[in-house]
Amino acid sequence: MSAERVRASGARQDPAWLRRTLIAATLLVVGVLIVLPVVSVFVEAFRNGAGAYWQHLFADPDTRDAILLTLTVVPIALALNVVFGVAAAWAIARFRFRGRTLLTALIDLPFAVSPVVAGLMFVLLFGLQGYFGGFLQRDGYAVMPYLTSALVVVVLGASYAFLRPSSPKLRRGLWAWPRTTVLGGGVILFAGSVLAQRALGIWPSGATLKIIFATPGLVLATAFVTAPFVARELIPVMEAVGPDEELAAVSLGASGLQMFWHVTLPNVKWGLVYGVILCGARAMGEFGAVYVVSGHIAGQTDTMPLRIEKLFQEYDAPGAFAVASLLTLVAIATLLVKSRLARELPQGGHR
Amino acid sequence: MGARRRVLPGFGLSLGYTVFYLGMLVLLPILACFAKASTLSFHEMADAAWTDRARAAYLLTFGTSLIAALVNVVLGLMIAWVLVRYRFPGKRFVDAMIDLPLALPTSVGGLVYASLYVKNGWLGRYLVPAGINVAYTRLGIVLVLVFVGLPFVVRTVQPVLEDVDPEVEEAAASLGATRLQAFRTVLLPALLPALITGFALAFARSIGEYGSVVFISGNMPYKTEIAPILVVARLEEFAYAEATAIAVVLLVASFALLVAINLLERWSRRHER
Repeated sequence: MSAERVRASGARQDPAWLRRTLIAATLLVVGVLIVLPVVSVFVEAFRNGAGAYWQHLFADPDTRDAILLTLTVVPIALALNVVFGVAAAWAIARFRFRGRTLLTALIDLPFAVSPVVAGLMFVLLFGLQGYFGGFLQRDGYAVMPYLTSALVVVVLGASYAFLRPSSPKLRRGLWAWPRTTVLGGGVILFAGSVLAQRALGIWPSGATLKIIFATPGLVLATAFVTAPFVARELIPVMEAVGPDEELAAVSLGASGLQMFWHVTLPNVKWGLVYGVILCGARAMGEFGAVYVVSGHIAGQTDTMPLRIEKLFQEYDAPGAFAVASLLTLVAIATLLVKSRLARELPQGGHR
Repeated sequence: MGARRRVLPGFGLSLGYTVFYLGMLVLLPILACFAKASTLSFHEMADAAWTDRARAAYLLTFGTSLIAALVNVVLGLMIAWVLVRYRFPGKRFVDAMIDLPLALPTSVGGLVYASLYVKNGWLGRYLVPAGINVAYTRLGIVLVLVFVGLPFVVRTVQPVLEDVDPEVEEAAASLGATRLQAFRTVLLPALLPALITGFALAFARSIGEYGSVVFISGNMPYKTEIAPILVVARLEEFAYAEATAIAVVLLVASFALLVAINLLERWSRRHER
């Protein structure tokens, strides 16, 4: 019996020399490829002392503006992708419909597109020579009444759907109206809002709306590249949790909002947090797509990664490493959160 | 299917928004890219996307990506093996660090690698006198692509290796197989789907990589200029049609890879059963 057990475990045991060699090789590879670069970022950044480090980060107005721009672009792109991720995960994890597999594959599509090509696509759409370029140049703000009205109607429509009691007996007032009336109300609201904005002349007419070489282009490019992250993390977590508790909430008469807030969100909380952190880290570091749409106007369209590149080209290595150290800290924080969350997430809920 | 009443709320809203968002943010730009390319005649397309310089760039992009992905298969298998099978001090730290290339901005990776391997860098001061030039060479491109792709292989092989039934190895050993034979005939076939998927993921990521390569490659036409860098170079000359033509070649290649990866994953899932 015991002899058999020894042999059985011996079958999976590698000889000591092999074990030592492989462990040493792993430590060497991880050390040289990953640990050494991280250490060197901080050593190079602090080469001239903490005072110089501080100077590089906050005394250089262009670097300061780059940090501020990144802190503007990333939250907007993140917010867009969180709303998208939650909607996509809800539709894909909770319902079966035709084209579901295709939709799941489409969500991953941005991963297959080279960031540079992604940036190029937005230049082709909104750049001066692009499909919408001429219009944006001539009278770009003409789209603003439609955009803002659509946003208002979508937000109101979502709130309506969220607050709608799931039991027909509980539906009163607005929720007792037939669907077509509500839909018609939405259309009238949209048209009225567009007409009112145009009549009041809120937006300048005949003015250029800059998307490429401006902040909106940076937001679009960043949102494109990081679009899959939240949805990808959320779908497996939501599938693992299953719909039982939500079905119970709905059958007890909870509205969509109550169900989402009290049942869905607490259940998928860690998946969402992880997706948001991963998406945020990638959005902060996005380089290729942003590089193409930015136009590199110092102080205006340089994000932190672009600032690093510019400082590197200008042979200002300490400045480049100072900015790089901030982004490295974000990356390390992401890893810490990930290893913490690995225990909270259900098995197979993350890669 | 659709006839059954859906009990949970929000189907139309969530699906509608998902399709709308994907359509506007992802599909419309991709369509624009193909629409722009379709305005070129076949000859113009070939002139733009199939010049000597462009061909050298594709060759370099796919060649370096292929080598880097192969290196990653070897290194990734080794690291996954060590992390799953052995115990050693610092194991959790090593395991956590594997994900760093996914979290670290590519521009930071490129900046650090470029500065480590130049003549007076931390590693370059030993390597350059020995005749090994990494910075501004093709070797440098391969090295950063290995860095960028490493997590993909480790993270696809690791869970499969954890799930391998110990009994198959014991059976192999009891039938008289040496450790190497057991690995070759029993373990490797079980790991093969994961290795191929990891390879494809690393390869796909490398083809589009720009941020880290631009720092270390030096971007010399014909020598160290990868295809995404050529796209940017064409854009900076305002040659939009040429840039689009090259971009379409890259897009088609990466879409083909995406389909291949999906088929592979389906195949390996069936393989597991």
